[in-house]
Amino acid sequence: MSYIRLVNVTKRFGDVTAVDNLNIEIGKGECFSMLGPSGCGKTTTLRMVAGFEDLSDGEVWVGDRLLSSPKKHHYTPPENRNFGMVFQAFAVWPHMSVYENVAFPLRLRKLPNAEIDQRTKDALTATNLLKAANDSPADLSGGGKQRVALARALAINPDVMLLDEPLSSLDPHLREEMRFEIKDLQRKYGFSIIYVTHDQSEAMALSDRILVMKLGVMQQIDSPLDVYNNPKNKFVFSFIGVSSFTDVIWKGKDAYIKGSEHKLPSGLIVPERMKAEEMFNLASRPTEIRFTNANDPNGVRGHVIRKAFLGEIVDYLVKIGDQEVRVQIGRRDPGPEADETCYLQFLRPFWYKVNE
Amino acid sequence: MEDIIKVEGVAKGYGKHQVLQNLDIAIKKGECFTLLGPSGCGKTVLIRLIAGHEVPDAGKIIIDDTVVADSETGEYIPPERRGLGIVFQDYAVWPHMTVFENIAYPLKMEKRPKAEINELVMKMIEVVGMKGLDKRLPSELSGGQQQRVALARALVADPSVMLLDEPLSNLDANLREEMRFEIKALQRKFGITVLFVTHDQEVALAISDRLAIMDANGKIRQIGNPYEIFEKPADLFVFKFMGIANFVHATEKNGKFYVGNGSQEIPWEGPKGKAAKWVAGFRPSDVEIHREGPGLKGIIHRANFLGATMDYAIDVDDQSLRTEIETHTAINNNLMFKEGEECYITFKALHWFDAEQLKEVEE
Amino acid sequence: MASGTIKKDSGFGIAQVILFISIAILVIFVAWPVLLILFNAFFVDGKFNSMDFYKVLTEPETFQALINSLIIASMTTVGSTIVGTFFAWLVTRTDLPYKTFMKSLFLVPFMLPSFIGALAWKMLLSPHAGYINKWFMATFNTTEPLFNIYTYHGISCVEVMYLFPFVFIQVCGALERMDPTLEESARISGAGLFTITRKITIPLVLPSIMSGALLIMLYSMAHFGTVAVLGIEQGIYNIPTLIYEKIHESAGSFASIRTGTVLATVLIVSAACIIWAQQKVLSKGHYQIIGGKSFRPMELKLRGLRYPLLFFCLAYIGFTILLPTVVIFMVGGVETYGLPLTWENLSLDNYKYILFEYDVTRDAIFNSVTLGLAAAFITMFAGVMISYVIVKMKVRGKGILEFLGMLPFSVPGSVIALGVILAWSGQFGINIYNTVWIILVSYIARYMAFSLKANSAALEQVHDSLMEASRSCGASMWQSLKDIVIPLVRPGMVSAFFLIFLPALRELTVSIMLYAPTTRTIGVAIYTLNEDGETVMSTALAGIALIIIVLGQMFINHLTKKASE
Repeated sequence: MSYIRLVNVTKRFGDVTAVDNLNIEIGKGECFSMLGPSGCGKTTTLRMVAGFEDLSDGEVWVGDRLLSSPKKHHYTPPENRNFGMVFQAFAVWPHMSVYENVAFPLRLRKLPNAEIDQRTKDALTATNLLKAANDSPADLSGGGKQRVALARALAINPDVMLLDEPLSSLDPHLREEMRFEIKDLQRKYGFSIIYVTHDQSEAMALSDRILVMKLGVMQQIDSPLDVYNNPKNKFVFSFIGVSSFTDVIWKGKDAYIKGSEHKLPSGLIVPERMKAEEMFNLASRPTEIRFTNANDPNGVRGHVIRKAFLGEIVDYLVKIGDQEVRVQIGRRDPGPEADETCYLQFLRPFWYKVNE
Repeated sequence: MEDIIKVEGVAKGYGKHQVLQNLDIAIKKGECFTLLGPSGCGKTVLIRLIAGHEVPDAGKIIIDDTVVADSETGEYIPPERRGLGIVFQDYAVWPHMTVFENIAYPLKMEKRPKAEINELVMKMIEVVGMKGLDKRLPSELSGGQQQRVALARALVADPSVMLLDEPLSNLDANLREEMRFEIKALQRKFGITVLFVTHDQEVALAISDRLAIMDANGKIRQIGNPYEIFEKPADLFVFKFMGIANFVHATEKNGKFYVGNGSQEIPWEGPKGKAAKWVAGFRPSDVEIHREGPGLKGIIHRANFLGATMDYAIDVDDQSLRTEIETHTAINNNLMFKEGEECYITFKALHWFDAEQLKEVEE
Repeated sequence: MASGTIKKDSGFGIAQVILFISIAILVIFVAWPVLLILFNAFFVDGKFNSMDFYKVLTEPETFQALINSLIIASMTTVGSTIVGTFFAWLVTRTDLPYKTFMKSLFLVPFMLPSFIGALAWKMLLSPHAGYINKWFMATFNTTEPLFNIYTYHGISCVEVMYLFPFVFIQVCGALERMDPTLEESARISGAGLFTITRKITIPLVLPSIMSGALLIMLYSMAHFGTVAVLGIEQGIYNIPTLIYEKIHESAGSFASIRTGTVLATVLIVSAACIIWAQQKVLSKGHYQIIGGKSFRPMELKLRGLRYPLLFFCLAYIGFTILLPTVVIFMVGGVETYGLPLTWENLSLDNYKYILFEYDVTRDAIFNSVTLGLAAAFITMFAGVMISYVIVKMKVRGKGILEFLGMLPFSVPGSVIALGVILAWSGQFGINIYNTVWIILVSYIARYMAFSLKANSAALEQVHDSLMEASRSCGASMWQSLKDIVIPLVRPGMVSAFFLIFLPALRELTVSIMLYAPTTRTIGVAIYTLNEDGETVMSTALAGIALIIIVLGQMFINHLTKKASE
């Protein structure tokens, strides 16, 4: 079922390894996201798939076509790969009308005029741009420009669509709308998507599978829900949402939050593999902690050092021992006041080694 | 508490464009007061009028019982003699001066003795967490550090009021969060009056003792504490401006209110007062979603997994609404819906608005 | 808080005074002379007379000069645009070796004043005495020279050599700033590099190419030096050289002044048209092509052509810059012009002579340096003040100043010289004709544009809030100017100073029309010595001028580098 294959793909810039031995298989019609902070190698990987960067090592395949392989001295230039690509900065050509932008790739393929016209109009219709066909892209909003870029990429009916942070130049409201549109277009045309983003909620909402990268190294490949439910390591945990890491000290048979005299309640079960460590981390998300009372056997005693009403949510910073934990509750949920003693229940604790 | 700043009947326009008209505001001593409004609503003009960088066309401004600007008598005290501290959106730290020189400048203007300047500045540098960076030039600092220098400079001469003009909007999200708490902490520490201008409702709610909501025409719609503004909005504009809002049109039949043109009755007490048409307004968090009734029956139009939250768009008859639910709650309570599934919703809060008001915010 | 009130409108404020002074400076130095030219061109005996204007214009001599200006400017523009665009593309979009070095090399022609270049080419390619032609005729035993520099082609070629950087800089800038994804998206659409260059890259930088081309057009139309050196002998005049001839020969007779003003009017109108067209091109056609993440743009792999093209570039620089420079220094070192250029014939005696003994050249160097310094100082300060009013102040009547501020950019040198003669030679009570003062006045007018540009750019960097912050910190307006604004615009002022001082050192177009026997400048001295047949002295002085210019340029580069650190 794998359609796009990256085999041992590596990219080195001088002494720096930007992408390290990456193996990915992407299915036909799949939406695959590469997620990571800037400099993690996701864009470099995409550009290697597109053909804008040479590989230092490894191979890129689409179907049974070998596209890049430095060992076999094979390289198909981008113009012959038949991909659609959308860039962050829109990259629509300001000296051509919207129609000409979209027709450009078709003209290069020397199709009959009637077919060019038909396919251009189809792509414009699919992106709700037919009315703006004769406009100059300069007159369009950011969202409009990105639609032109999408239509242009669609026009050639590509098997693979490469999207490089296509929404990050748009304002938040538009970003959401365009996200739905991309998803709808994919359903309609059935192309595979490789989507590069640093925004975890965008990746979650759009993808069938997500690759999380850090410093050129693959951290996890999983479905969005699995990435959320089972983050493989500390980095993945911290990257896919707001998080607190609390130092926990293991003293023979009980665990203590660093600086605290109260041992952790028995309800918080420390996994066996942590018990060999002197110190490890309790990882939590602010929304997955609840305030409880002194009698709750699962309650961890703390002190509210800050409370802020943010509208929908109330944001707390709670000190336990010498550690700080972020807590967010709904505005209707019961919660303590600033400077009060409180008890926290960790609804979904995760445990990681300090240097994991 | 006494009022430290009083703005009375102030108007200001540029050419034909009237930005502020007949504006009254009073700010109490020691409070953190926020002007919140969309960009271009004239809140920056107001802060510039108070600072003295603009002169009002009408009305007067009083700071600490001194009239600093009065259009009738022509009285005007220039900015340098108003004794205010100001922090600008672009920080406005002077690039040719070191951190120390920037912060020392207001004291130098007051001609304080060298030793005193030195002591006060070094203390201030420590307060804003910039110890050891006093000899740096602004170009060697990050955005957040530059903003700290600007804060220190505004505070060092012990002003009666500190004015902050969108001080966080050039910072990235994490830093913005951190700085808003720091500003609040500084305000508490120095017991200073703060006038804060922003278009970001979350910052405003987090930081303010009281806030004023301004509309695009420079008119103040509501003044109150964060809780009042959020939970008891004076009108639809305020409600919409303070966060994501759902609006569901209602039809009245025999004193009962139904969703859109459908036959499901809205499970909430009907509106009081008079209006030709009503809309129900509620926040995503005011909606409770269930597998089974009672409640309004709807269809999941879109289910969006966003990580920590599930985001649902729900069609109820001919109306649509959005709700969010925490992912772990959804998993634990079997509320992970798929698109096309049936669901039932009830409300935790709901506000009735005149449908006429909707036109204004939809422009 | 200090109480005590200041009245809001204290009548005639300080702002109005500054505005008034600024307007007065621009009116006296620029607007008034230009108005006098227009007046003299259209009014005969105090009456409006456009027929006479037309008559003067269609006199064969005048008309020919007009046509010549147009021919030379067109050829120069086309040539420079092709050369400049090609080299710009080569250093930004190909894998040419040593690209950064080559890029700075292509800016060197800016340093060589074109009339000195013309002088060198005259020595190399004059039909019978030029070194290359002589060598060619001797080697191939012919009486036909290889190339005659005294032609339209010759003149245009020399102008292209020294003017193409105008296009080069503009196009390089545009290509470097251009978002690489604009080209990449064409590539992924299926276009090869050649198609991309033709359909995407060139159209997108076209506005920059056009704007550079128009700049060259303007410069060449009003350019004196090259045509004067290479054309006059063969009777090829353009507008500025004819104005010069008229004023010079007939010692200020009314008829020649009228011809001058008519020609100057043509120049003013063409300059205005060109500036207008440039603004139009820049504002309307200027695409938003900057943005996004920055990758290296795609580079055309030159493969086998890499080193041949590098060699070509080096050969071009060698031929257009190195060769003329070497000739200047060598001819400047021989005892008499015409001697073969061998080591035995070369010495430093001439250089010593013109530096320390020959009063014409000694005076010229002294005049140029003092005039340059004085003009740079005055114009720098006037420029700061005027720019401050335009960029920062909110006073009524600023519109007039903004309009006047545009003028210096569009008034060519020979027009200024003629206008200054009309204004300052006694008709209005002050006669400084034949003194250095008239040259100083014209320099101020000529270089005001540079100062305005550098200073307003610097002032625009100084955000209003910086000044407002200091006011809120308790500093008065003057205190804020002193502590905040002046220190921050100092780099702009320094660069304005050198932007004026260096060109003033080599100025020819204006000084040539205003000099008196004791007020020659370097440019004038080089030119007149050459005219008088003192070729060796003239080139030796040109050599000295080149050294001063290069040293000055190095000093500026050093300063700007330090400022940017």
